[in-house]
Amino acid sequence: MSRVRLLWRKSLNAVMLTLTGVAAFAVVSVLFLILGYLIWNGGRSLNWDFFTQLPKPVGEEGGGMANAIVGSLKLLLLAAVMGLPIGLISGVYLAEFGGKTFSFVVRYTTDLLNGVPSIVIGIFAYSLAVLPVKHFSALAGGVALGIMVIPITVRSSEEFLRAIPGSLREGAMALGASKWRTIATVVLPAASGGILTGMLLSLARVAGETAPLLFTAFSNRFWSPGWGQPIASLPVMIYTYAIAPYDDWHRQAWAAGLILLGLVLLANLGCRLALRGRGMGRS
Amino acid sequence: MSTTATTIDGAVPPKAGPRAFIDRLRDGDEVAHVITLVFAATILLITSLLVYELWVNSHLSRAKFGWAFFWTSTWDPIFDHFGAAPFIYGTLVTSILSLIIAVPLGLAAAVFLAELAPRNLSDSIAFLIDLLAAVPSVIYGLLGIFIVVPLMRTVVGPALKHTLGFLPLFQGPNYGVGFLTASIVLAIMIVPFIISVSREVLLTVPREQREAALALGATRWEATWQVVVPWARTGIMGSIFLALARALGETMAVTMVIGNDPKIRESLFAAGYTIAAVIANEFTEATGDLYLSALIELGLVLFLMTFILNGLARILIVATERGGGHPS
Repeated sequence: MSRVRLLWRKSLNAVMLTLTGVAAFAVVSVLFLILGYLIWNGGRSLNWDFFTQLPKPVGEEGGGMANAIVGSLKLLLLAAVMGLPIGLISGVYLAEFGGKTFSFVVRYTTDLLNGVPSIVIGIFAYSLAVLPVKHFSALAGGVALGIMVIPITVRSSEEFLRAIPGSLREGAMALGASKWRTIATVVLPAASGGILTGMLLSLARVAGETAPLLFTAFSNRFWSPGWGQPIASLPVMIYTYAIAPYDDWHRQAWAAGLILLGLVLLANLGCRLALRGRGMGRS
Repeated sequence: MSTTATTIDGAVPPKAGPRAFIDRLRDGDEVAHVITLVFAATILLITSLLVYELWVNSHLSRAKFGWAFFWTSTWDPIFDHFGAAPFIYGTLVTSILSLIIAVPLGLAAAVFLAELAPRNLSDSIAFLIDLLAAVPSVIYGLLGIFIVVPLMRTVVGPALKHTLGFLPLFQGPNYGVGFLTASIVLAIMIVPFIISVSREVLLTVPREQREAALALGATRWEATWQVVVPWARTGIMGSIFLALARALGETMAVTMVIGNDPKIRESLFAAGYTIAAVIANEFTEATGDLYLSALIELGLVLFLMTFILNGLARILIVATERGGGHPS
C-alpha cells in the first residue's frame, strides 16, 4: 500500500470527522441563535401592558395580549379535559390488558394519528364542532388540541406503566388484590410521576400549535367569555401580528414569541430533566 | 408487562358462554378491562371519523373535478374552478429541497453524536436537539420572516445568482420569499428529527461491527461510513421518511415565508404555495360550498401523503431495530 494512499485515507478521515462535529455544533447553535434573537427582540418589546391590556384597535400603538394569554390557557384546559383521560386510560389498556392483535391495531392507529398534519386535524375539528353550529368557538379549538394530545399521552403512559417491574404487580396479587385493584392502587401510583410528566409534555407540544386553531378557535381582539365564542390564543396572535405590515405589531409578535417559547422550553426542560433523573434511578 | 399478564390470565382458565362472562364481570377485573378497551377503541373511532369526514366533506369537489383535480393548475375561487397542481408541486418541491439540505447535515451530526462524541457530551447535545424539536413552528415562521427572508434577499440569493445563475433554478427576480426560503426554514425544522432518530439507530449497531472494521485497518471514518452506516441504513431511511412526512404537513412556518402564489415556476426564488399553506390561508375565507370542498379535498390529499410515508417509516425503523438488536 502506497504512502500517498495512506496519507489520503488519513486526511479524509480527519476532514470528514471534523465535518461531522461541525454539523452537530451548527445544529445546536441554531437553538441558541433562536433563543438569543427572541430574548433580544422580545425582551425589548415586553412590558407590563403586554400582560394586562387588550389589543388596541388597528393603527393605534400600544396595547397588549392579555386576552390571548388567558385564551391559550383556556384552550389548553379544554385540551387537557378532553384528551388526557382518553390517552391515559388507553395507555392503561395497552400496558395492562391488551391482547395481541387489537393492541397492535390501537398502537398503529395512535402512531398514525400522531403523524396527521396539524392542519388536517384542524379541518377535522372544524367539521365536528364548527360546521354543525356555524360559528367558531373556543370549544372547537379545544377539540382540535384535545385530539392532538391523545396519541402522545397514550404512548408515554403505556411506556411508563410498562417500566414498572412485574414483581410489584405479582406482590399485590399475591396479597389477594384483584387485577384492577393492583393497577389502581399499586401500578398507577408507582408510574404517576412519569405519566404526569408525559402529560405535561404533550400539553407543551400543543400549546404552540397554530394551524389547527386558525379555523376552529379563530381569534378575537376582545375578551371571550364562556366557551362558545371565537377566542384569541398566543400562537395565532404571533402569526397575525408577524404577517401584518405594522412595526408596532411586529414588536408585539416578538414579545409574544418570547413568552410562548419560554413557557414551552421551560416545560420541556423541566419534564425531560425529571424523566432523566428517574431513568437513571431505575437502572 | 405482557409476560406477567399472560401468566396471570393463564392461572385462571377462562370459562365459556355468556353466563360465565357475567360471572367474571362481578369481580371487577372484566369491568375494568371493558372500560379501558372502550377508551382504546375511541382512538380507532376518532381516526376513522377523521378519514370519513375528510372523504364526505370533499364530495362536491371530487364529483365535479374527478382525477383532473390533480393536474389542473388553475385555482380560481371567483369562477369556482379548482386544481391542486400548483399546491402539490409546491409541497413536493419544498419538502424534497429541505431534505437535500437537512439530510447531509443531520446524518453528519448523528454520526458525530453516536460514533465520536463521548457519551456524556453526546447525551447533552441530544438533549438540546430534543429541545430544538419542541420549538413551535410559528416561532420558526417568525424568525423566518425577520431573519431568513432579509438574508435571502440581500446575501444568499445574490450569491447564488452570481455563482449558479446559469441554471434556470436560480433565475428570475428574488424577493426573499419563495421555494428556497421555505425549504431552508423547513430544513432547520426537520434536522432535529433526523438527528435524534438516526442517532438512536446508529447506537443499536453492535460494537463488534466497528471493532472488526478497525481491526482490519480501516480508519475511523471508513469504519463508520462503510460498515456502521450501511448496517443502520434502513433505520436512517426511516428517519428521513419521518422527516419528510413532517415537512409535507408543516403549515405555519411555510405559509409565512413562501409567498403564497398558486403558480408552478421552475425558479427556486419564485413565490409558490403549498397544500397546507393554502388551507391555512383560505379556509376561513372560503365562501362557496365547492370552494370549501376543494380545500378539504386538498386536506385529504395531504393526509394520504403523510399516511403512506409514516407507515413506511415505521416499518423501516422497526425492521432495523430488530435486525440491529440480534447478533448475526
